[in-house]
Amino acid sequence: MKKYVHDLIVYDKQVLNDEYFLLELTYSEPLPDMLPAQFVEVLVENAPGVFLRRPISIHDVDYEKNTLKLLIQIVGEGTRRLSLLQTGDTVNLVYPLGNTFSMPEKPGILLVGGGCGMAPLLYTARYFRDFGFEPQILIGARSKRGLLLRDEYRKYGELLTCTEDGSYGTKGYVTDHPVFTSGKIDVIYACGPKPMLKAVGNWALTSNVHCEVSLENLMACGIGACLCCVQKTIAGNKTVCQEGPVFNIKEIVW
Amino acid sequence: MVNLKVDFNGLKLKNPVLTASGTFGYGEEFADFIDLNSLGGFIVKGTTLLPREGNNYPRMAETPSGMLNAVGLQNKGVNYFCEVIYPRIQHYSTAVIVNLSGSQISDYVQAAEMLNGLEHVPAIELNISCPNVKEGGMAFGTSCASAAAVVNEVRKVYKKHLMVKLSPNVTNIAEIARSVEAEGADSISLINTLLGMAIDVNTRRPKLSTITGGLSGPAVKPVAVRMVWQVFNAVNIPVCGLGGIMNAADAIEFMLAGATCVQVGTANFIDPMVSVKIVEGISEYCEKYGVKRVSELVGALQVN
Repeated sequence: MKKYVHDLIVYDKQVLNDEYFLLELTYSEPLPDMLPAQFVEVLVENAPGVFLRRPISIHDVDYEKNTLKLLIQIVGEGTRRLSLLQTGDTVNLVYPLGNTFSMPEKPGILLVGGGCGMAPLLYTARYFRDFGFEPQILIGARSKRGLLLRDEYRKYGELLTCTEDGSYGTKGYVTDHPVFTSGKIDVIYACGPKPMLKAVGNWALTSNVHCEVSLENLMACGIGACLCCVQKTIAGNKTVCQEGPVFNIKEIVW
Repeated sequence: MVNLKVDFNGLKLKNPVLTASGTFGYGEEFADFIDLNSLGGFIVKGTTLLPREGNNYPRMAETPSGMLNAVGLQNKGVNYFCEVIYPRIQHYSTAVIVNLSGSQISDYVQAAEMLNGLEHVPAIELNISCPNVKEGGMAFGTSCASAAAVVNEVRKVYKKHLMVKLSPNVTNIAEIARSVEAEGADSISLINTLLGMAIDVNTRRPKLSTITGGLSGPAVKPVAVRMVWQVFNAVNIPVCGLGGIMNAADAIEFMLAGATCVQVGTANFIDPMVSVKIVEGISEYCEKYGVKRVSELVGALQVN
């Protein structure tokens, strides 16, 4: 897929809580095609101490409205600076980057997101829905306040939730959710912290379920040039930015 | 109309802007963003005789005005380059230069012999300055005797333009430059990354798997400009300057200090189109100051 450098315009910004915000961006021309699990590299301007772009996964794309949504967690100076953007501001992106999830072959689709790893699953669910699938979407967070935009996710599939403190949904980690014993899972697509991906991946391996995970390694270029973001795989080191972020769990050497 | 062409000791470049090894992949990664043919040249990823997996993750840490890396020369080896990558990139009408690294002199020599046979690779950049491999690399570039030894042996088998990339992690850069010149280097590029380190204070662990790594970006630019100026004044072969170039003004600064051409490195990560913008910016600078040939800028620093 061709990659672009574009100046997008902030169409809308929603502060979800003191940790998360949603940027909706538009462009003067039709947005390029984007796929689930792909990401953008955002230029952070006017932030001393921030040198590199920030990789952010594509949360949603609305081609009719010609907008692209990014769900961003404030984790440091770069994302804090991005949270200050206002409607009408310009944001420079290199995009769309990375590969995508494979198209499911069976109906039992489970999307699993932990923390900010829920971000790419909205567009993933919408995309699969457009192909006639009805995914289940399992989202886990530390507490209820981390379970964001629940009604948005419900538009594209059955939403399942869990929290570590039990404040909403099933109490515990995502792998404690009863969906894993439902016998209805044919394929899992997961994004989130590495311990979660390992746990979900191990379940899939022992249950002989097809599982793909989207990784979030630290990266610099985002286009496969610098080789900083590599993940160890059975075929050697692979770049998360270009050969990933999606890998079959069977490939990964943790 | 400004004449941007430079003659880099026989290597004819259409303009003085190249891209630095390790920051530009094999050029193809940037083909969506820029016309590679509008560059003076590009220097492909560090290549070694045998394939290398590189260092463990994490390999990168952002630092003030720059970054540390510890990639460790991950590459598929010179055979793979010659058979798979070269056929894909040989058609570019710009100087395609291979950065060559090794752990022992015989590795450099064997790989250089193979690269000598590639018709559309007019030069190699001999990397005796990588700080991220256990043996070899920087070990060759930090003493005059070992730098001279590797250049001497490679010179015997490599008949085209031999550029030698120096490490800034030395006490006297001019001495190293003179010793590689004496062994027949056609040109010198500098600087490679500065050895650096960063610690995560929350975990008390190093940010890189290798503990130390190579610092690049604008943070190193003043050191690089100083070293280019010192080397320019110490040798008669031309110098290619790099280290933290982010825009045309930075590139011109290196040229005034004595660089005949420059390499754009880490800036490619921030703006994949920056190299071409720098070519345009240099041209605009020349027009503004009535410079007819860009080569007039080389070493044009005025100290009085």
